[in-house]
Amino acid sequence: MSHNSVDKLVKMANQIATFFTAQKSGDPVAGMAEHLAKFWEPRMRAAIIEHAAHGGAGLDPFALEAVKRLPPVSVG
Amino acid sequence: MTLIKETDFGTPESKSEKMVTLTIDGKSVTVPEGTSIMRAAMEAGTEIPKLCATDSIKAFGSCRLCVIEVEGRYGTPASCTTPVAPGIAVKTQTPRLAAIRRGVMELYISDHPLDCLTCAANGDCELQDMAGAVGLRDVRYGYDGANHVFARNNGEANFDWKPKDESNPYFTYDPAKCIVCNRCVRACEEVQGTFALTISGRGFDSRVSPGMDEAFFESECVSCGACVQACPTATLTEKSVIEIGQPEHSEVTTCAYCGVGCTFKAEMRGEEVVRMVPWKDGKANHGHSCIKGRFAYGYAHHGDRILKPMVRETIDQPWREVSWDEALTFAADRMKAIQTKYGKNSVGAITSSRCSNEETYLVQKLVRAGFGNNNVDTCARVCHSPTGYGLNQAFGTSAGTQDFDSVDDADVILVIGANPTDAHPVFGSRMKKRLREGAKLIVVDPRRIDLVRSPHIEADYHLPLKPGTNVAMVTALAHVIVKEGLVNEAFVRERCDQDEFRDWAEFVSQDRNSPEALESVLGVPAADIRAAARLYATGGNAAIYYGLGVTEHAQGSTAVMGIANLAMATGNLGRRGVGVNPLRGQNNVQGSCDMGSFPHELPGYQHISGAKAREVFEKDWGVKLDSEPGLRIPNMFDTALEGQFKGLYVQGEDILQSDPDTRHVSAALANMELVIVQDLFLVETAHYAHVFLPGCSFLEKDGTFTNAERRIQRIRKVMSPKNGYGDWEITQMLANRLGMNWSYSNPSEIMDEIARLTPSFAGVSYEKLDQDGSVQWPCNDASPDGMPIMHINGFARGKGKFVITEYVATDEKVGPRFPLLLTTGRILSQYNVGAQTRRTDNSRWHEEDVLEIHPHDAEERGVRDGDWVKVQSRAGETTLRALVTERVAPGVVYTTFHHPSTQANVVTTDNSDWATNCPEYKVTAVQISVSNGPTEWQEKYRELSVSARRIATAIDAAE
Repeated sequence: MSHNSVDKLVKMANQIATFFTAQKSGDPVAGMAEHLAKFWEPRMRAAIIEHAAHGGAGLDPFALEAVKRLPPVSVG
Repeated sequence: MTLIKETDFGTPESKSEKMVTLTIDGKSVTVPEGTSIMRAAMEAGTEIPKLCATDSIKAFGSCRLCVIEVEGRYGTPASCTTPVAPGIAVKTQTPRLAAIRRGVMELYISDHPLDCLTCAANGDCELQDMAGAVGLRDVRYGYDGANHVFARNNGEANFDWKPKDESNPYFTYDPAKCIVCNRCVRACEEVQGTFALTISGRGFDSRVSPGMDEAFFESECVSCGACVQACPTATLTEKSVIEIGQPEHSEVTTCAYCGVGCTFKAEMRGEEVVRMVPWKDGKANHGHSCIKGRFAYGYAHHGDRILKPMVRETIDQPWREVSWDEALTFAADRMKAIQTKYGKNSVGAITSSRCSNEETYLVQKLVRAGFGNNNVDTCARVCHSPTGYGLNQAFGTSAGTQDFDSVDDADVILVIGANPTDAHPVFGSRMKKRLREGAKLIVVDPRRIDLVRSPHIEADYHLPLKPGTNVAMVTALAHVIVKEGLVNEAFVRERCDQDEFRDWAEFVSQDRNSPEALESVLGVPAADIRAAARLYATGGNAAIYYGLGVTEHAQGSTAVMGIANLAMATGNLGRRGVGVNPLRGQNNVQGSCDMGSFPHELPGYQHISGAKAREVFEKDWGVKLDSEPGLRIPNMFDTALEGQFKGLYVQGEDILQSDPDTRHVSAALANMELVIVQDLFLVETAHYAHVFLPGCSFLEKDGTFTNAERRIQRIRKVMSPKNGYGDWEITQMLANRLGMNWSYSNPSEIMDEIARLTPSFAGVSYEKLDQDGSVQWPCNDASPDGMPIMHINGFARGKGKFVITEYVATDEKVGPRFPLLLTTGRILSQYNVGAQTRRTDNSRWHEEDVLEIHPHDAEERGVRDGDWVKVQSRAGETTLRALVTERVAPGVVYTTFHHPSTQANVVTTDNSDWATNCPEYKVTAVQISVSNGPTEWQEKYRELSVSARRIATAIDAAE
């Protein structure tokens, strides 16, 4: 995905992080990772995982941690 | 087929559980206490003559035609105003009664024209019926002297006569035929709650008067049709009846406008609709209607309707009319070629929230089973997807918890970000009725909507918060509830997860979440927030109704969960009169969600990653399903701009007009190689389409819609599809050209498949719906007759989940360049993108979208009422006319999005809800300035609208 589009995914991931960061019960990082797995199409996940693998510029540390917990995605 | 005639019992039903037995004409009758003698007689099969009584409104006792005798009592009381009593013996017909009635009728008829044969009500006139019923044979008084019938008396002008008022495009008011029974006035008050009508003058001078003796169209009348329906004569008559004549048969069907889901009798003459009359047995509307459902069905016949399939190689070419076969083959071949070239995930579809459950189901089935991916979404994405997510998190199901009738038991009504009197008018009338009975009202809305103050309605608290601060508001309300000890501890202990509750209570209790701390964020006095919270928590049954003002925000899902928290903390769930009630926008948006229109869910909200659910569908459909969620609408656009999403099948949605950031959407559509639009008209999205498949209206097909209270109701075909096929047939034909081998011969077979595969629909069938009229899902072995109220003995998910709702300000902030906040909404007479209502006379009420701006902001910018103004945001700019009004707070401007020429969505941004990508329509930072005329974008768009709609004249219509 292009630079522009990754920026959008980063923004979306950071927005999701603002919600899960505030949660107390359970494991909020796992909660965010599960959210991404359940609602993000594989290409979007692959793009954010790759972005995270390259340092994850712009990603909130909480979001970065959640993205790192995502299993690898094969985009067919 | 016959004309359905509902029984008019004369007075409303009594809700008493105590029964009373009496005799009427020697027959023993048992009815609830409080029932009128008139109604009791009708229930026993005896129709007492009446004129001023009808069962949609309270007894009035003015016509004196319904007199009766009661053994042992003096006089001849009116049976409509006399309640039953144990053991009384009533006589409905005696020589004395007959003489009185004949005398009364004689007086009525002496001031009524005798043009029965040429009267529009001929065949449907209660006055005529009653003259027959009482045996009127002679009118001794003649027509000399004072009367309201003739324009001239003996050559002199008759000042008691008034001309016919034809100002309303849908009905006429002919004062010469009025018997002043007051039924219209009372219907306007009691049923609709608008109070637009009154009786002016007294005695012989009494006349029905819209407003201060104005024309109907100029008055406060909202054209709901309640008065027309109540009128026993031809005084108020549909213009369609005047033009066509009386209907000869009718079918019960469901309105295709908003999520209230009113049922109507489509009254027909052959295949021509004579009128739509709200059905008394309709569980959602109980015989009431609004201007849209009652009158705005003419779009089905509008000249703009496209009836032949069309294709074009590229979108700069004119359309070419072709046969169905050519259009469908063109579409299928190109779809296949795209998937071969760009991969199987490069295509998708958008299901329609205006089409039926069966049609929606087929489109998502085509995507999952035919395209082999899950790239399917629906307009709920841009309206109530946060409701789905939020309520599912809190309760375990994603639907509203109550039926509409529940509002009758509400003591406190909290309306957040919804405008029911405009957007859900028939339910709005129900709500107003309950408010007039004394229920308390809290309105949380940046605008002073009609509910805040209108005739006989006044909100106890209006909290005019700044757009984008809903989460802060619900948290502040929760703060007061927790800190002031107003939590329903027993409920929380029994029903909710304790650890999550404690975490939440600790969070909301923090000082930073107090109304005082948040006062500057919200712009609402802390004392009002405190008082409103106390009222909600302690005022008895408290019900929350909310709309898109909650969901269409960056924190839409969080706000929904915050609302669920409030209801759980105060124990306002699981019984009548309470609950969390999302007011759904489109007629079948609930149904389209239920039918698996979301990219992550199979029908019945079963996540696509669940192997068990997938297996059920895989076995039935004979295909392997992708276990990964597909693209949501905004993701489709983003992916299209990346060049990875190339083919889109859009059934009955106008995404170019309805979705935010028009420039972004149009660029995405322009980047696709195949856009198939299936619709009634060449909608805005069709500018970018390669294939146009003409769809049909709800009058032309069978199916079901599901309304905001989860009520599944039938739509019934009353005329042949003008385009040749029902929309479900078109999808089937397309699917079969993509190798699907479907053979549905009737939508009922599709519903049977839905029931077979979807646990919450297991008990639904057309047979069941024909028998019961409607059913609210879940409908299965556990609740065979459906479930009006949910979560009665516990939540669907087990323990209710309290979620911490941290307020985060949206990125869309005001600043020096864009100092005002734009919020968008709807108006009563128009519906959504206006594709239907703009093609009816409803446009006379709302010919263009206007910008509401507070006088203070207007003055600062030199804007006067009616001026052209430019609205500029980070995303784009547009122009429209200004309406200077105090309905909006300073700093806030408001507009609607019903007209494509306004292009309100050029201005809205691509910001969206964190959980669902539901666009943040409700908050856009803008600047307003005086303008000379349309923007360059609007000019260009106007040119595109003309060129993109060209149809080649050399017609090749071989079928």
